[in-house]
Amino acid sequence: MFARLALNAQIGWFLALRAIRHASRWTTGLIIFVMALTFLNLVVVSGILVGLIQESVEAHRRQYTSDIILSSHNDKTYIENSPSVIAIVRGLPETESATPRYRAGGMLEANYKTRTQGEKANTAQAQIIGIDPHAEDAVTEISKSVVEGAYLLPGDYDQILIGSFLLRQYVPVDNPGLATLDNVEPGTRIRLDIQGVRREVIVKGILKSKVQDISRNAYMVDGQLRTMIGRGDGNVAEIAVKLKSDADPLAVRAALVRLGVDHVAKVQTYADAQPQFLKDIVSMFSTLGNVLGSIGLVVASITIFIVVFINAITRRKFIGILKGIGINGAAIELSYIFQSIGYALAGSAIGLALLYGLLVPMLKAHPIDFPFSDGILVAPVGETLVRVILLIAATVLAGYAPARMIVRKNTLDSILGRN
Amino acid sequence: MIETRNLIKTFKDGERETRVLKGIDFSATDGEFIAIMGRSGAGKSTLLYQMSLLDDPTSGEIVIAGHDTHTMSPEEKIAFRLTQCGYVFQDYALLPELTALENAALPLLMQGIARERAYAMACSALARMRLSHRLASRPSHLSGGEQQRASIARAVAHHPRILFADEPTANLDNESSDIVMAIFKDLHAEGQTIIMVTHEEQYAWLAQRTVILDDGKIVAVKDNLHDQRIRSVEY
Repeated sequence: MFARLALNAQIGWFLALRAIRHASRWTTGLIIFVMALTFLNLVVVSGILVGLIQESVEAHRRQYTSDIILSSHNDKTYIENSPSVIAIVRGLPETESATPRYRAGGMLEANYKTRTQGEKANTAQAQIIGIDPHAEDAVTEISKSVVEGAYLLPGDYDQILIGSFLLRQYVPVDNPGLATLDNVEPGTRIRLDIQGVRREVIVKGILKSKVQDISRNAYMVDGQLRTMIGRGDGNVAEIAVKLKSDADPLAVRAALVRLGVDHVAKVQTYADAQPQFLKDIVSMFSTLGNVLGSIGLVVASITIFIVVFINAITRRKFIGILKGIGINGAAIELSYIFQSIGYALAGSAIGLALLYGLLVPMLKAHPIDFPFSDGILVAPVGETLVRVILLIAATVLAGYAPARMIVRKNTLDSILGRN
Repeated sequence: MIETRNLIKTFKDGERETRVLKGIDFSATDGEFIAIMGRSGAGKSTLLYQMSLLDDPTSGEIVIAGHDTHTMSPEEKIAFRLTQCGYVFQDYALLPELTALENAALPLLMQGIARERAYAMACSALARMRLSHRLASRPSHLSGGEQQRASIARAVAHHPRILFADEPTANLDNESSDIVMAIFKDLHAEGQTIIMVTHEEQYAWLAQRTVILDDGKIVAVKDNLHDQRIRSVEY
């Protein structure tokens, strides 16, 4: 049985090799080109979909949560004993830096000096975040998101950074649910109202990021916000922790839980703290990627089926002759399967070269500018190889089916070209 | 060696049935050379295809070397053809992407014969056909006569029990036809059983017997040996 199979495979290989070697170069080139495009279709479409979200997730991690984020429990607005917690966090050997943040809801008002009686106030609701500018920048590099004006310094009292989503010039669409400020730019004085405490502050800079938690907030130095909200105890709303590059966030989270930090704060890794909409989009895009990948696979199978069918039907006479002189049908079928695998491998090899030699580096250097993230191409080697294997498996089936159809035809009818 | 009993072949075209072979009883002994002749449409090629197991008869029996082929599965028939039969087709039927050597070696390789030995046997068969200088040539680079000789080399390289030939000289010029028939004569002299369909009486004359078909029936069997003896006595 095995010897028979091996012999059929040997003859199939013998025939396939010679068929490929002496096939028309143009035809072979076209088939391989189609296979390369099919492979890219399989990998690139889903890779960009995944990349779109992955970059969004990564940006949320880089610019907001960092590796670990501690935040107040749902029934509290602050983390109890924050100074102790901050000391614990900073004392962990895995911690590279940490940034405590105060947080309070507030109202920003612009143009209040020029507003006439009866005119609607130009206000916008925002979360006001109090930060230590150096500590925040060390963790999230938030200063890189300043697109106008300048970043805060520790002594910048009565100065504020405003997220671009709070400014009309950056959100030029009238959205009834999203009030924005008019005529505000660096240097503009605006009024800040937090829990009835009002202060006039100067806009020092404008923050623009595809991470909404930055673009929808306003930032000021922690000392001033602490005074405005009366948090003299130093209890902060959240602490973002950047870990050393070799540290495992899950292990650090477990260590913090063991130290009892979870009694006073929610302890989450960046993955835990992803916004629900991001998790939903990841799930949806993953499904979408699989659906598109499956369609790509079906298209690839049909392409190969047609190619092999045309090849087999035009060589029907020779298939008949092969059977006539005693060549086993299985060996003939295997020759077509080997040819199909050859085309799939060649197409995949070209596709892989284009993918890792051109597309991935190119999109990394020049990401696609989507509204909520910078789209890169995600193509992990493992998953890509799985797709190569899937493509080859589909190719084997698509190559086998038409070959089988032709081989099963009556030998003499094939030789004489009768239907 | 080969025997057919009441062999019938009917072709259907929709509702219409055409009976091409109408109960053929035929036999050939080991080492015999038989020519089959007849008018176009008489059923000569159809008879050859049934006897060579390339097609299945509608009814009747074919026994080759003691094997009742009626009971064989399609796979068994392919295996039987591989080891017991050799074929020479009218249009040579060489595989275009294989060289003459590879064409001749292919059935040997399919039998599981080691590559070196298979190539040596194919080489030897091609040498007998005076094609030693054309081993690496593909069919498109061979003349018609050379292609037919390569086809004969492929058919006999594995020493089949029966060699079937379907009008092997139909597409050849006179010189090439003579060479091909001289090869058949030599093969027969060495004991090869040959059944050949031909239109040409001068080549049928080389066979021991000529079976003449008309309208799907054997209408005459000529003993060429007897005629040859008479002729030689007359001369």
